[in-house]
Amino acid sequence: MRFMVITKATPESEAGVLPATEDIGTMGAFIEELVDAGVLLAAEGLHSSAEGARIYFDGENKTVVDGPFTETKELIGGFWLVEMKSLEECVEWFKRCPIQRPGDGGPANLEIRRVLEAADFGDSFTAEQQEAVAERRARAAGNG
Amino acid sequence: MATDTHRAIEAVWRIEAPRLIAGLARLVRDVGVAEELAQDALVAALEQWPAEGVPRNPGAWLTTTAKRRAIDRIRRDETLRRKLEEVGRDLEQATPDIGALVAEDDGIGDDLLRLVFVACHPVLSAEARAALTLRLLGGLTTDEIARAFLVPEPTVAQRIVRAKKTLAKARVPFEVPQGDELAARLSSVLEVVYLIFNEGYSATAGGDWMRPALCEDALRLGRVLARLTPREPEVHGLVALMEIQASRSAARIGPGGEPILLADQNRARWDQLLIRRGLAALERAEGLSDGRPGPYELQAAIAACHARARRFADTDWERIAGLYERLARATPSPVVELNRAVALAMAYGPAAGLALLDRLVAVPALRNYHLLPSVRGDFLVKLGRPAEARTEFERAAALTRNGRERALLLDRAAACAEDR
Repeated sequence: MRFMVITKATPESEAGVLPATEDIGTMGAFIEELVDAGVLLAAEGLHSSAEGARIYFDGENKTVVDGPFTETKELIGGFWLVEMKSLEECVEWFKRCPIQRPGDGGPANLEIRRVLEAADFGDSFTAEQQEAVAERRARAAGNG
Repeated sequence: MATDTHRAIEAVWRIEAPRLIAGLARLVRDVGVAEELAQDALVAALEQWPAEGVPRNPGAWLTTTAKRRAIDRIRRDETLRRKLEEVGRDLEQATPDIGALVAEDDGIGDDLLRLVFVACHPVLSAEARAALTLRLLGGLTTDEIARAFLVPEPTVAQRIVRAKKTLAKARVPFEVPQGDELAARLSSVLEVVYLIFNEGYSATAGGDWMRPALCEDALRLGRVLARLTPREPEVHGLVALMEIQASRSAARIGPGGEPILLADQNRARWDQLLIRRGLAALERAEGLSDGRPGPYELQAAIAACHARARRFADTDWERIAGLYERLARATPSPVVELNRAVALAMAYGPAAGLALLDRLVAVPALRNYHLLPSVRGDFLVKLGRPAEARTEFERAAALTRNGRERALLLDRAAACAEDR
């Protein structure tokens, strides 16, 4: 089964401070282990929310609010996409993740969520919808 | 609580077992003994962790425990000591280094690779190789392996015990083969990984068409192998093939568990992430094979043709037929010819496919192969010959060992009867 492991933003990441060289090294070693074990499918890190925006939807009204956003601990800092046998295996792997204590001294957390896979969807699509989805997904992924 | 701990232990074991066993095998130069020592450490964890809690660094705990047992074992065991002397290491000299040897990360990749080659050694039967590989490198318990292959647990346990004995008797060294031997031994390794994958992808026995967990195990092993042997094009070719085939898993099974053929699959359910990874692995293989693709790379290239087609009608069948022709030259086999016939039929019409099939009917190896009559039936339907098609589908249904597939074939036979 597939999991998304989400890291949260920190005061440092929100301030656009890049990790120290040795922290990049220890995190790199951890990621290397995930790759060596054949469980890491994809990973991305995010810029601070100052470089992002939110769109609020209220019926027909759409309001755009530019970042930064204040609720740092609820913001996403990045994610890993991993293939695991079970939630337990995912937990055991990421207990080893060298997450640094954020600058404000508070505890950090990683959020582990199971990814919906095609097998989890019913066959409620019409044939044309299926084709359209196939087309979109393939194009979005840049496959062919 | 106790069950939670047991599940945590199982998870830790899966993560740690390969490296632990590989490190121990370097120490004792015997894969069987290494596996036993690791197993002892696991038993100790099962005894202690439920009461004391999972240690903060469970990997280090297992390593230390196994290391202590290894030292005891070397002290007690005359044969092991002699073995170590043969490789020029005596106990006095070895003991202080044991901790470093087991714990150090340097060269663990080499040890894992040695472990792969020993587990997939040709002195072992295909079944034994698959079981041992899943046990030593996949971190599966014997019970999990038994469930994956639908055999009783004692059978798997026996298989592993016998395999370890065979390896010891043949004095298989804990090393990566060199020179001319490497190619043959590597192909034996790839064969085992693909066998595991296929057992999950199209189960030869039982009521389920697929066992996806086994596919995932094989895919994981393949990715590990690609990291260990990054310069081998066929390893990347096999990974590409498995990633692309696995991308169709969700689309290959209907709501009732019945198989869905490629032509009828809902391509929206294909996993584009796996396809992307597969295409990237294929590119790596192509970059390394220098215009001389091996059989796995060719099969991956064929799978990639399907993966790139948005709709079944978009499939580049001429290219696929060409790839099958190259594959037939690289590894002549009646099964490849059968697939080539399908591609020819799609590219140039069913009559072209049927012409090739008619030459295959006499091949003894295909006499009991259910796909031959199944494909032949398909061509005959397209040529407007339902009566002959029906006979073929019924023959195919009688030959297959998979219950789901049999039902599908009988449905097709019945449909032919209605067409008359």
